[in-house]
Amino acid sequence: MNDHSNDLGRVFSRRAFIPFVTCGDPDIETTEALIRAMADAGADLIELGIPFSDPIAEGPVIQGADVRALSGGVTTDDIFDMAERIRRDLDIPMLVMTYINPVFVYGPDRFLDRCERAGICALIVPDAPFEHKSDLQTYCTRHGVKLISMIAPTSEDRIAMIASEAEGFLYVVSSMGVTGVRKSFSNNLEEMVATVRKYTDIPCAVGFGISTPAQARDITEFADGAIVGSAIVRIIGEHGRDSVPYVAEYVGAMRAELDR
Amino acid sequence: MTTDDGKYDEYGGRYVPETLMNAVIELDEAYHRYIRDPEFLRELDDLNHKYTGRPSMLYYADRMTRDLGGAKIYLKREDLNHTGAHKINNVIGQCLLAKRMGKTRVIAETGAGQHGVATATLSAYLGLECEVFMGVHDVERQALNVYRMELLGAKVHPVSSGTGVLKDAVNETLREWTNRVSDTHYVIGTVMGPAPFPEMVCEFQSVIGREVRKQIMEAEGRLPDCLVACVGGGSNAIGLFHEFIEDKGVRMVGCEAGGKGVDTDMHAATMTRGSVGIFHGMKSLFCQNEYGQIAPVYSISAGLDYPGIGPEHAYLKAMDRAEYVAITDDQAVDAFEYLSRTEGIIPAIESAHAIAYARELAPTMSKDDVIVVNLSGRGDKDVAAIARYRGRDIHE
Repeated sequence: MNDHSNDLGRVFSRRAFIPFVTCGDPDIETTEALIRAMADAGADLIELGIPFSDPIAEGPVIQGADVRALSGGVTTDDIFDMAERIRRDLDIPMLVMTYINPVFVYGPDRFLDRCERAGICALIVPDAPFEHKSDLQTYCTRHGVKLISMIAPTSEDRIAMIASEAEGFLYVVSSMGVTGVRKSFSNNLEEMVATVRKYTDIPCAVGFGISTPAQARDITEFADGAIVGSAIVRIIGEHGRDSVPYVAEYVGAMRAELDR
Repeated sequence: MTTDDGKYDEYGGRYVPETLMNAVIELDEAYHRYIRDPEFLRELDDLNHKYTGRPSMLYYADRMTRDLGGAKIYLKREDLNHTGAHKINNVIGQCLLAKRMGKTRVIAETGAGQHGVATATLSAYLGLECEVFMGVHDVERQALNVYRMELLGAKVHPVSSGTGVLKDAVNETLREWTNRVSDTHYVIGTVMGPAPFPEMVCEFQSVIGREVRKQIMEAEGRLPDCLVACVGGGSNAIGLFHEFIEDKGVRMVGCEAGGKGVDTDMHAATMTRGSVGIFHGMKSLFCQNEYGQIAPVYSISAGLDYPGIGPEHAYLKAMDRAEYVAITDDQAVDAFEYLSRTEGIIPAIESAHAIAYARELAPTMSKDDVIVVNLSGRGDKDVAAIARYRGRDIHE
């Protein structure tokens, strides 16, 4: 039984800060230290990225991290082993984000079983849209892992269908294009979140492009959480094995601004 | 063969990010509407004839047949099409569709450059803005095609992410599509990607097989015994095969890139060495590792240098309806030179993979048997690279 299957319930009790890390960049020991430091600095939920050779939804920053992680030799098994190690003494909610092929080839049941054993509460697969949810949903349900749905600026008439069946929280994509730091977001972002709320009571977290505490603060005026990937991965790319204090400082600043 | 959800049994599907879903659904609806619209079909036929020069010849390779001493060999001359390959058949269809859908800009990936050139050509003709994504490694291998695309008014983006070849160009074109989708159509160059692309590209390429049926009936009064075509993503092969799937007596053989040998790690032999996966919008066969990481692939041919294959091919293989063989660089280069000297026809290095297999096959068959080889493109683009392969330092 997945002891962490209901973790998302507590994540959104305040303006949630959800950092992302590409596991194995630059090595799995650094990733473990980063996760512990981010939890300590006030992250509410940590997104563990399992790197993929061809991440089509990512911009150059996360692509670079995937290349570094895979050329360092990290595997899906190494990442689950690390998550299990963290679970022995840390209660922080964690979810896994990866592409459909690493899940499919590993075997969805086996993959979700490992999620369960590591106390992973949710799974995000950007290239498995609503129409392919059935590829994963059975296994997610069996192992107590919430399958997270995404809403994009182009979703429009699809929002009702996606939101009314969504579980855990909704991942609202802030802008067109791929992941990466942005100065501004889709001008109908707030409206998108409002539309989503017509069809569901579950929380909405916004991701893609958020990098500054002020942006996260603005977005959580109308959304329930802010997801930050590229801005953190960029710090890791810059400082490598020495990145832990820099990332902790960044997460701390986010926390302070969201709690202000 | 496809069901309503665009699947070929377990293969196919529509595995793309949510940002692209409405665009893909809009395309699916437009495609299924216009492919039954007499006016659209008239325009398509008209351009195929006036612009491309269709029907392409079915050429009896008399000298090659006599030299090999077995089955009669016919070459389907897609190399004589405007822009020099079969790629234009699909591009005309998709660009006409893009216009009907009100799109003003097209984007495309390219490997050898043939699909990029075809897309740039139609964009010039139809007044569409055109941007082509091409791996840095291929930009070097096919410098002349880069200039050709620019000459035609397209912007070429070298792609340095990943391994800098065709799959990376596809990744980057998909990323660009998520960035700007409302006025932009992605002209995918082969029978891959999310539904409806595999089905749609197959339909536009099937003009090849339909012509072959008519032409071979006129020439021989019977259907061929075997069809041979090279496969990267698989569009020229599907274009030839699809029409004959129900004709069980017609053998179909796809020739994939064996590179330096399928026992090395330098090949792109998806059918021989791949396994089931989900990538580039579809469930199909891919060269990949046990963790589902897509493998770097290699071929002397930039057009076959792709780690996956269209879902219909994966299906035909699973059904044992088509066979797939790997042809090495050495065999392909030998065949490139062989056809040049024997018939005075310089084939594309991609098509030379099919010629190489026909050279092996024909002597094992009787003189009454008939083989049709899809000569999918011409080899002008490859001359300098082949010279270098043979140790002559020629640059374009």
